[in-house]
Amino acid sequence: MSAMILMLIGSLIIAAGFLAAFLWSVKDGQYDDDFSPAHRMLFDDTKNNNNTNQSSN
Amino acid sequence: MELEKFSYDNRMPRNFAMATVFWGIVGMLVGVIAAFQLAFPALNLDLAATTFGRLRPVHTNAVIFAFVGNGMFTAIYYSLPRLLKTKMYSDLLSKIHFWGWQLIIVAAAVTLMAGFTVSKEYAELEWPIDIAITIIWVIFGINMFGTILTRRERHMYVAIWFFIGSWAAIAMLHIVNSIEIPVTLFKSYPVYAGVQDALVQWWYGHNAVAFFLTTPYLGLMYYFVPKAANRPIYSYRLSIVHFWSLIFIYIWAGPHHLLYTALPQWAQSLGTAFSIMLILPSWGGMLNGLFTLRGAWDKVREEPILKFFVVGLTCYGMSTFEGPMMSLKSVNAISHYSDWTIAHVHIGALGWNGFMTFGMLYWLFPRIYKTQLFSKKLASTHFWIGTLGIILYAVPMYWAAFRSYFMFRAFTPEGQLQYQFIDVVQSTVPFYVMRAVGGTVYLLGVILMLYNLIKTVQQGSFVESEEAEAAPLPKFKATGKQFWHSVIERKPIWFLVASLLVVAIGGMIEMIPTFMIKSNIPTIATVKPYTPLELQGRDIYVREGCYTCHSQMIRPFRYEVMRYGEYSKAGEFIYDHPFQWGSKRTGPDLARIGGKYPDSWHFNHMLNPRSMSPGSIMPNYPWLFKRDLDISNTNSKIHAMRMLGVPYEQGYEAKANDDLQKQADKIAASLKNDKIEISSKKEIIAMIAYLQRMGKDIKASETTSTNN
Repeated sequence: MSAMILMLIGSLIIAAGFLAAFLWSVKDGQYDDDFSPAHRMLFDDTKNNNNTNQSSN
Repeated sequence: MELEKFSYDNRMPRNFAMATVFWGIVGMLVGVIAAFQLAFPALNLDLAATTFGRLRPVHTNAVIFAFVGNGMFTAIYYSLPRLLKTKMYSDLLSKIHFWGWQLIIVAAAVTLMAGFTVSKEYAELEWPIDIAITIIWVIFGINMFGTILTRRERHMYVAIWFFIGSWAAIAMLHIVNSIEIPVTLFKSYPVYAGVQDALVQWWYGHNAVAFFLTTPYLGLMYYFVPKAANRPIYSYRLSIVHFWSLIFIYIWAGPHHLLYTALPQWAQSLGTAFSIMLILPSWGGMLNGLFTLRGAWDKVREEPILKFFVVGLTCYGMSTFEGPMMSLKSVNAISHYSDWTIAHVHIGALGWNGFMTFGMLYWLFPRIYKTQLFSKKLASTHFWIGTLGIILYAVPMYWAAFRSYFMFRAFTPEGQLQYQFIDVVQSTVPFYVMRAVGGTVYLLGVILMLYNLIKTVQQGSFVESEEAEAAPLPKFKATGKQFWHSVIERKPIWFLVASLLVVAIGGMIEMIPTFMIKSNIPTIATVKPYTPLELQGRDIYVREGCYTCHSQMIRPFRYEVMRYGEYSKAGEFIYDHPFQWGSKRTGPDLARIGGKYPDSWHFNHMLNPRSMSPGSIMPNYPWLFKRDLDISNTNSKIHAMRMLGVPYEQGYEAKANDDLQKQADKIAASLKNDKIEISSKKEIIAMIAYLQRMGKDIKASETTSTNN
């Protein structure tokens, strides 16, 4: 039984920690910019811009 | 700000991509051979190196670590510099990483075929290779983190997070699961025994699937799917949630591999609960990938690369739904030890890993060779052949699994088992043939791809590196309220530590109680250590990979107890380094084989299984009858076992070989009674000694201390 209790305590501590981290991150605006990173990765800044994304057509 | 000039290297991604194709074909070919061996035992060729028990680990290791491994490195070495606007940290480390990894693969194939194995699935490799893997993995890590630290793009795109999480988790899993005591250069014993070894192994086994086959390929997906579709990921926010929830939940699900076994009940339930939770992040990720193509489905019709990605993602969704379902105890009762598991992993391996890899390769080669793909039509043919191969592979396996389940549990009105094990085997053989055909079809598709890529390479000219320019990163100084935000988001090392912590806490909470709290493993007074001969025999059992087809774990079901004997207890395995519970019952369970048949039966059966059991698909083991047992290492084996807590008396090493010889002579004499003449020095004698010992201790005994 002691194993169960140990496990339960451990799990609750982690769960609480992550909940706190999540609430903080939302409040902090961590996820405010979820636009530009997704678009930026589509452009490679190669000089001889053989634009890498054309050939799928 | 001044723009800095640098270049993206294409040689490393190209090398890794070529290795991916090469090892993919090798690994799948070995798989096809092994599949046909299950239907036609003559294909084992009566040679030690080509027997199913040795080829199966070669197949699994090759497709996981060689095919998917190189595929993962291709994706990382191509995408990481471009996402971070810098070159890879060190060309030298890249080279060492590439060649080191290929050498490890070759060493793995050679040693596994030579019979050097720890027998822990997907971690079979012996300790020198384990160390080599650790070194190369660290070199890869330095190269990756060095690149991240010298980046010109502050924000780390989600794919990079997946790569980092994978690296950290695999590093820890590999080390924890590979802690073993070397006995000779190519023989070692895991420090864990029995239940604990099983828990650690499946914690590893499950997370190897999670962090080697899944998360790095999610990173690949988050880079190559948007690139190939030329549109941003459906929801960037979802991808962040996907990542964190996935790595946090994944690490807890390992015990679902051990439902209904002698693992403590609470650990089983914990594994099940977290497995169910896994559906959410997994499906979030799948939908994120698929929805990226919203409004662009017309492109999917034209473009084989997107076809591969769509089916790959769908297979990811299917197997991550199926997995949690299989973690339910009632479903697991059917699926465990059956061909269902094989179908499940191949939906993931062929569909998810295979198709994502193919999509990436078709996209990558024309780009780094500055040309068009040689034939889109051929790639499309590959797609259809591959899809057909997956269906031909999976459907017979599902069918076989249910069929054999109903046969296993069928009772006559008198309450007797209706079918012998061999009846089930024979009724499964046609399905094994169909599965092997499915695998062959899939492999043909890959060969088409090889041709297509070779032609593409020939018509193009290789671009060794691409010039690029970007502004350097301004020195960032966080203040006050922003401090923790920046620490977490901007510092990869912190991020690494955080992922490690998450992963380690999950694992420790599950494992430490089982290690520390004695009551979890009831000791059984009559369970004694193996005799030296049995120990040697056990090592031959391990060497020949018997665990690939035979379990040693009887579950508490009426139809299993009646077939195999009393269900297995945790206390029976306390001297088993490594555990041999197995994961698949192609042959019957052996946990209580001891004393069931006379020595002469085993002798004839190992020489030619079909002489004792007509219709058997087990290979012959003629070399066990020719080779003398190597007893030079008995002393060191006993010594190593005592170090691990097996209670051999002090100084027993000196007497061990005498005892071994006595027991061997006894078996040889018993064989002689049945008119079989063989020297007591042959390996088969040790094998018989071990087989006759299995599961016997518990008979005429009572559990001394029980349940937690």
